[in-house]
Amino acid sequence: MTTSTLVVKDLARRSVGFRKNLGRWDVKYSPYLFISPFFILFALVGLFPLLYTGWVSLHAWDLLGGQGKWTGFDNFAFVLQQRQFWIAVRNTVSIFLVSAIPQLIAATAIAAALDTNLRNKTFWRMSVLLPFVVMPVAVTMIFGSMFGERYGLVNRTLADVGLGPIRWHTEPFASHIAIATMVNFRWTGYNALIILAGMQAISRDLYEAATIDGASWLQRFFRITLPQLRPTIIFVIITATIGGLQIFDEPRLYDQNGLGGEDQQWMTMTIYLYKLGWTQLNFGRAAAVAWLLFLVIVAVGLINLAITRRIASSEGRTA
Amino acid sequence: MKRFRSPVRILGATVGAALALAGCASGTTPVADNTPITLTLATFNKFGYSDEMLAQYHKVHPNVTVVQNIAATSQAAQDNMFTKLAAGSGLGDVEAVEVDWMPKLKQYANLFVDLSTPAVTSRWLDWKTQAATVNGRLIGAGTDIGPEAICYRSDPFVKAGLASDPAGVAQLLSGDWNNYYAVGQKFTAANTGVAWFDSAGATYQGLANQYQNFFEQNDGTVIATTNPDVKSAFVSVLNASSTSSAHLQEWSTDWNAGLANGAWATMLCPSWMLGVISGNGPKLKDWKIANVFPNGGGNWGGSYLTVPTQGKHTAAAKELALWLTAPEQQIAAFVTTGNYPSQVGAYNNPALTGAMNPYFNNAPIGQIFADRAKAVKVTPYKGVKYAAIMQAVQDGLTRVESKKQSIDASWAQVVSDIKALS
Repeated sequence: MTTSTLVVKDLARRSVGFRKNLGRWDVKYSPYLFISPFFILFALVGLFPLLYTGWVSLHAWDLLGGQGKWTGFDNFAFVLQQRQFWIAVRNTVSIFLVSAIPQLIAATAIAAALDTNLRNKTFWRMSVLLPFVVMPVAVTMIFGSMFGERYGLVNRTLADVGLGPIRWHTEPFASHIAIATMVNFRWTGYNALIILAGMQAISRDLYEAATIDGASWLQRFFRITLPQLRPTIIFVIITATIGGLQIFDEPRLYDQNGLGGEDQQWMTMTIYLYKLGWTQLNFGRAAAVAWLLFLVIVAVGLINLAITRRIASSEGRTA
Repeated sequence: MKRFRSPVRILGATVGAALALAGCASGTTPVADNTPITLTLATFNKFGYSDEMLAQYHKVHPNVTVVQNIAATSQAAQDNMFTKLAAGSGLGDVEAVEVDWMPKLKQYANLFVDLSTPAVTSRWLDWKTQAATVNGRLIGAGTDIGPEAICYRSDPFVKAGLASDPAGVAQLLSGDWNNYYAVGQKFTAANTGVAWFDSAGATYQGLANQYQNFFEQNDGTVIATTNPDVKSAFVSVLNASSTSSAHLQEWSTDWNAGLANGAWATMLCPSWMLGVISGNGPKLKDWKIANVFPNGGGNWGGSYLTVPTQGKHTAAAKELALWLTAPEQQIAAFVTTGNYPSQVGAYNNPALTGAMNPYFNNAPIGQIFADRAKAVKVTPYKGVKYAAIMQAVQDGLTRVESKKQSIDASWAQVVSDIKALS
C-alpha cells in the first residue's frame, strides 16, 4: 500500500514537473518553433542550393551530363582570367548605378509629392504602381524596339528635333542607359510607395514644430523627412542592390540573341552565367560565376550599409 | 537568382526520370484512343505548319488538340531547349531543332524518343537522316532543308541599270563570291539608296556552308582559329560589306524593319527565307528569285522535329511528329512558307515541282529549289561546338559592321572567344 501511494505521489509530482518543464520549454523554444518555417524553407531553397552550387563549381559539370571529375578551383581560375567576365562585372555595376541612383532620387521625389495634400490620393498612388504590374517581358520588347538604332522611335524623334542618332545597341554606355530606363520604368513607382509608407510613419508633430519655428518646405524635407527615412532608405537600397546586380530579363531580351551584344556591351554577370551554363553547357563554370556574383553582392551590400550609416550619422550630427 | 536553380534541376531530373519510367510502363498498355489530350508543338521562325494543317490533324485524330508555340529565333529556341532539358520538364511534346545545334543534342540522345519506324526508314535524304541518328536511334524527324538561291528586288536593279529579270540576274551572278561582290560594287556605285546585301553575318553563312570541315574536323577538333578559309571568308565578306552592306544584323528589330522597308537589294535565300521575306515586307511588290548561288550550291539550315522523353504523351507526340514530316504536309508547308522538303518522296510530286509563289512574282519555286538542291555538293560537318563558334564569328562580323572595331582587332577577339569555348 505505502509503496503504491508513494509511486502514485511520485508520478503525480513527476507529471507536475513535466508540465512545469513543458511550460518552460514553451517559453524557451516556442518562438523558435514559430519562426522555424522560414528557416526550414530558407535552408531548403536558399542555403542548400548555395552550398550545392559551391559543390558544382568545384567539378567539371555538364548541364545535362551531370557531375564530372573534381577540378578544385579550376573553374574559378578560368572564369577570373576571362576578358568577358570582367566586362560582365563592369556592365553589371554600370547598369546598377545608372538605374539605382536616378531611381531612388525619383522615387523619393514622387513619394514626397504623394505625401502632400492631393485630391484622389488613392488614384495617384495606384497610378504610380501601374508600370510595375506590366510584364517585364512586354516592357522589354516595347523598349527594345523603341531603342532600335535605325528605325526605333527614340532615334527618329531625336532626328526630328535635329539631333544625331544615339547608338543604343552599339555603345556600351548608351545600351546601359536604355536598359536602366526599362528597369526604372518598372521599379520607380514600387520604391516610391515604400518610401511613401516610410514618410507617413514620421510623426506629424515634428513638422508642426518645425513649421512654427519658421522652417521652409525644403528645410523640413532635408532636416526631418530624409533623416527620419533612414531605415526605409537602407531597406530600399539593399533590395535594389540585390535585384540590380542580378539583372537578367532586361538585358536578355534587349536584342534578338539575348547574349549581351556582339561586343558584350550589355552582357551582365547573370547573362554570362547563362551563356556558360546553358549555351555552352558548362555548369561547373556557371556555378563558379554564381558564387562570384554572390560574393560581389555581399561586398556591395556591405559597402552600401557602411555608406548609408555614415551619411545617416553625419546628418544626425548636423541636426 | 541562378544559384537557386540546381535543386530544381535535381528535383526536375527525378520527376523527369519518374515520368520516363511511367511513360515506359504505359507504353505497354496504350492509353485508350479517345482520351482527349493536348499536344504542344514548339517551333521557331516560320515552319509552315498552318492552323488549317493542325486542324486537319485534329479531324483525323479527334482526341488530339495541337497547340503551336513559335519562338522568334533559332537561338531563343535553342536556349529554351537546353534550359528545360536540364530542368527535366517544361518542353513541348514535339520540339523543333535546327541542324546547327543538333550535334549538341546528339550527346544526350537518351533524352529523346527514337522516331525510327519501318515506314520511315527511307523517307529522308540520307545525309538528313544521318545527321540525326545516334547508334541507330533516330532522334529527329527531318522537316526541311535550306538549298540557297539569291532573292533580289527588281526595282533597284532597274534603277542601277542592271539586268532585272530572273534569268538575267542569274546570269549576272553566276560565278564565285568575288563576282557577287563585284556586281555589288557596280550596284552601289549607281547610288540607288539601297544596299546590296543585308549584313556581313548573313552572307558569311553562305560561305561557311560550302565547306566540308569549316570550324571543326570530323573528330570534333576545333580548327576555326587555324583554318585559313575561315579567316579569308571573314576578311573578304567584311571588305565587301564596307561599301555594300545595309549593316543590319540578321533577326534584329532593325533588320526586320529594314526588310519591311526594302533597305537592301539582294540576300541569300535558303528556301525557308521566302516566308520570312514575304512575312516582313507585305508592301513590297518587286522581290524575285534568281536561280543561282555564288560558288555553286549551298545548304543553309533546315530543321528536325524531336520528341523529348520528358513529355507526357510521347507515343501520341511521335505520331504527330511523323505525320507533320510526311511528304504531303511538308509540301503544304513549302507552298505556304517555302520550306523545301527533306523528304525524297516529295521531289517528284507535281504539287512540289509545279509550285509557284505569288509574292515573288509567281516564281516557279518548285523548279528553282529542286535545281538549287541538286547544286549542293558538300555536306558540312557540324560538331558539338559549331553553334557557339558560329556565334563568336558572327559577333566579330557585327563588331566591324557597327564600326566598333577594325577587321584585325575583331578577328583577334574572335580567336580569343573561340579559345574560351574549350
